[in-house]
Amino acid sequence: MAVKTMVQTIRDTLYGEMERDPNIIVMGEDVGMGGVFRATDGLRAAFGEERVIDTPLAESGIVGVAIGASLNGLRPVAEIQFADFILPAFNQIVNEAAKMRYRSGGDFWCPLVIRVPYGGNIKGGIYHSQSVEAYFAHVPGLTVVAPAFPYDAAGLLRAAIRAEDPVLFLEHKFTYNAIRGEVPADDHLVPIGQAEVKRPGKNLSVFTYGLMLHYSLRAAEDLAKEGLEAEVVDLRTLLPLDKETILASARKTGKVLIVHEDSKTGGLGAEVSAIIAEEGFEYLDAPIKRVTGPDVPAVPYAPPLEEAFMPSPEKVLHAMRELAAY
Amino acid sequence: MADTVQTRPLAAPTEVGLGREELLGMYRTMLLARALGQRMWLLARTGKTHFAVSGDGHEAVQVAAAQALDRTQDWCIPFYRDLAMMLHLGITARDVMLDDMARAEAPFGRGRQLPAHWSARRLRIVSGSSPVTTQLLHAAGVALASKLRGETAVTLTTCGDGATSEGDFHEALNFASVHRLPVVFVVENNGWAISVPRHKQMAVASIAERAAGYAMPGVTVDGTDLLESYKVIKEAVDRARAGEGPTLIDAQVVRLVPHSTNDDERRYRPAEELADAKARDPLPRYRAHLVAQRLLTEADDTELKQEVAQVVDDATDFAERSSYPDPSEIATHLYAGR
Repeated sequence: MAVKTMVQTIRDTLYGEMERDPNIIVMGEDVGMGGVFRATDGLRAAFGEERVIDTPLAESGIVGVAIGASLNGLRPVAEIQFADFILPAFNQIVNEAAKMRYRSGGDFWCPLVIRVPYGGNIKGGIYHSQSVEAYFAHVPGLTVVAPAFPYDAAGLLRAAIRAEDPVLFLEHKFTYNAIRGEVPADDHLVPIGQAEVKRPGKNLSVFTYGLMLHYSLRAAEDLAKEGLEAEVVDLRTLLPLDKETILASARKTGKVLIVHEDSKTGGLGAEVSAIIAEEGFEYLDAPIKRVTGPDVPAVPYAPPLEEAFMPSPEKVLHAMRELAAY
Repeated sequence: MADTVQTRPLAAPTEVGLGREELLGMYRTMLLARALGQRMWLLARTGKTHFAVSGDGHEAVQVAAAQALDRTQDWCIPFYRDLAMMLHLGITARDVMLDDMARAEAPFGRGRQLPAHWSARRLRIVSGSSPVTTQLLHAAGVALASKLRGETAVTLTTCGDGATSEGDFHEALNFASVHRLPVVFVVENNGWAISVPRHKQMAVASIAERAAGYAMPGVTVDGTDLLESYKVIKEAVDRARAGEGPTLIDAQVVRLVPHSTNDDERRYRPAEELADAKARDPLPRYRAHLVAQRLLTEADDTELKQEVAQVVDDATDFAERSSYPDPSEIATHLYAGR
């Protein structure tokens, strides 16, 4: 099996899907030359300018045009260059794409993928580091996925492109080149809506996604040296959440830690906590614990401030120890 | 506003290439739209429904636009005032009334949206929302898909004059022009965005001037003149179909009634301006033309109005006999297969 980085995986998967289905187009800012992260490198040379469209610099326009194209037989994969810049497109995503099927009683729908590089630890400052999942995980009609490993990125991107409804596809920028993994040559799919236990354990559960999954796995390794086993669950799909897997793990370990990079208040962790509090209260042997970014606007630029913002393997390990000792 | 519009003589039928049947058909649609719209207004004002929004005064340009499209292939992405356009494209009075009364079988959205949020896949009429101007970008996207497949379909989209202040207006015209897309943008310019008059909405004298910023033709037309509107829109549709790109049409119409049934225009609208608007009512104007051309007699007119009144009654009764959506439908059509 080939070992690839995240960004290679995204690129190869887009290539394969575009080869398979002539209705797939890629559109966004700078996608023609390969994109600022090289995720669309080589696509224009292979599929031409008509299917790999450099759009004007206008996010509402990118998504709005992609919606229209999706209504008329195409399957657009739109790229928002940085998650921080997605907000001008919020209305098009939330009021148009996500509501199209519902508001028309099934008359129209939008088979559309919006790829969104997000996250910090890249010295990007507050406008090139944001996490935006909580804004969108609140929106019925939308699907939000956030793979952490190349295998899942390939399988989920294929599933997203082949889905009949709009999918927000979140790609953590730090993982693009930092994370490598095995990717099969076949056309494997990872089902949307399914979390996965990436490391089994019996002493506590960790629910996380994206870069924080890797930090949590690292922390779990260190914890194991102390004789404690953390079960690390990759949520993978943030909307809809996989309640079954979440509750099964909470039931197994009785202790729950939620880790995300996004700020705390109203973040994904709040929803995971609420699911467990409502449907798995009797499983718990300790209060639910969260390790998250602080409630400040976003990741600051100065290195000590970025470090202060980002959850780290050490911070996660510290929380694991506290929870295990409760 | 009204006084800036030149009233031109109505074009002779041969000038626009339409026969008697089409010319009378357009008149019937105008009558039906007016009667149906007034019925829906009445239903809302008497508490039988909860809301109505009207296209009274916009009918001529709307029917012209529908007539200019090729109904076998073209797309239409309308806004909420486009009742006459919808009827002329093939939406029925019963469809409209089911939707107005939010019935289970309401074809535009099964009672999820306010009235006048059209949708008809079979007619390539795309579902719209209430936030204005978003649909112009969808029109560019639909046209992009048509162009990419090498089809000859044209996409016509509409909005009001207030909607031209939104960023999506700029983004849509810019994208459509950069890609020379087969889109016709029709602004139904009635001079009012609820209570805000046009001079507070924009500093330019005419919306058509804005087309220069996108290197596309911008045309101002008296949107209460049906045949003149038809000529201008048909030309834009033909240009788009020939691969010559988009056109912006500033169709100057009148708003004959308040913004919606929840609006009291006496709070802001000068009586003289309303009187001027009523003097430009497109319906009597087109009727006078048909009579002058000996295409319509007073007897024909009376008969047509009776027939239209029956259609409106039938649609009202039909919708009243239909049931509301069942509460169990609250989460249907949220995702594919559900």
